[in-house]
Amino acid sequence: MKVEDFDLLASMLKDRSGLVLGKDKAYLLETRLMPVARKHGLKGLEELADVVRRKRDENVMGDITEAMTTNETLFFRDQKPFDLFRDVLLPKLMEGRQDSKRIRIWCAACSGGQEPYSLAMILKELGSKLMGWRIEILATDISVEMLDKAKTGLYTQFEVQRGLPITILVKYFRQTGDKWQLDAGIRSMVQFREFNLLESPSALGTFDVVFCRNVLIYFDQETKKKVLDGVARQMPKDGALLLGGAETVLGVTDSFKPVQGRRGVYQLSNSDVEF
Amino acid sequence: MKSCLVVDDSRVIRMVARKILEELSFEVIEAEDGKEALDKCKEKMPDGVLLDWNMPNMDGMEFLLAMRALPDGEEVKVVFCTTENDLSHIQEAIAAGANEYIMKPFDSEIIQSKFLQVGLL
Repeated sequence: MKVEDFDLLASMLKDRSGLVLGKDKAYLLETRLMPVARKHGLKGLEELADVVRRKRDENVMGDITEAMTTNETLFFRDQKPFDLFRDVLLPKLMEGRQDSKRIRIWCAACSGGQEPYSLAMILKELGSKLMGWRIEILATDISVEMLDKAKTGLYTQFEVQRGLPITILVKYFRQTGDKWQLDAGIRSMVQFREFNLLESPSALGTFDVVFCRNVLIYFDQETKKKVLDGVARQMPKDGALLLGGAETVLGVTDSFKPVQGRRGVYQLSNSDVEF
Repeated sequence: MKSCLVVDDSRVIRMVARKILEELSFEVIEAEDGKEALDKCKEKMPDGVLLDWNMPNMDGMEFLLAMRALPDGEEVKVVFCTTENDLSHIQEAIAAGANEYIMKPFDSEIIQSKFLQVGLL
């Protein structure tokens, strides 16, 4: 693909989604954008870039952003963060919220819904321990298509086998044709909403736990800082942030600091809560 | 190095599974039916078993029950790996003492995630 086409598409993606595309990712543009080009009756990436350059066609640009920001994930990805949530973070938060009995969780880039649904299943498994508690899970993503898919709770046989223990599958999913559908009760525990991480999250309210995993890796330093500082402003002092295995706040922002001995967990810099 | 017994009457499946498991640093032993698998277990109990259901001579379910009755047979992690993908088969397998269940077709990521869950990785 032509350098000027790559540069044009990469800069458009950066503006709209924060996604930073290295030159080594040209193949990714090609594999993911060919279907977009075809959908709009265009022959290839050259014509697609041309439409963006000359017409700034909102539909086309939206589809390109959607195609490039959609990423597959799995249930209970990495396992450890979910164990930490259940065994450390949740008990700690409950201790400090005996009066309000309310906890809010945000999955900041929920993709196909596996992460928020994994959390919902954990909460469901805790059963009577959460009696009287109101625990909200807000799941957001930039991709409307992924949100629509997530809401259906329908997953392929491949998807339900990635990370999901068989006993949990049997307990919470039902077979419908060649797919598996998550129980309506679990689905109703998660609220989905379209949200671009480049925007300020202040309208979403405050969150005691924020899962923002494997999305910052796609952003440049400045954008990472902006997102993390925005999250910090929506968090009470005893809140916790979870990042992906390859991500950190160190060298990015002073708003958060790592929680000692809890890999992947961060807390506000001015917090002295011990997790 | 942990060992895994791959039980499947298809040579191709055994080969694919062997490749995946060796990449995950397992010592792989093969058996083409439940009967041969049971003999291998009597020789030396593996750490894990990747187990097909439908096989000639002795099927996966019969093997599982017989293997669990052997000394040390309780400790082995058994992961079914079969085309049977309906709820009743899955439930039957869990009730019989299978630790995990893979519905074919599978890939490396599925094997890895299931083996992680049963504590083999």
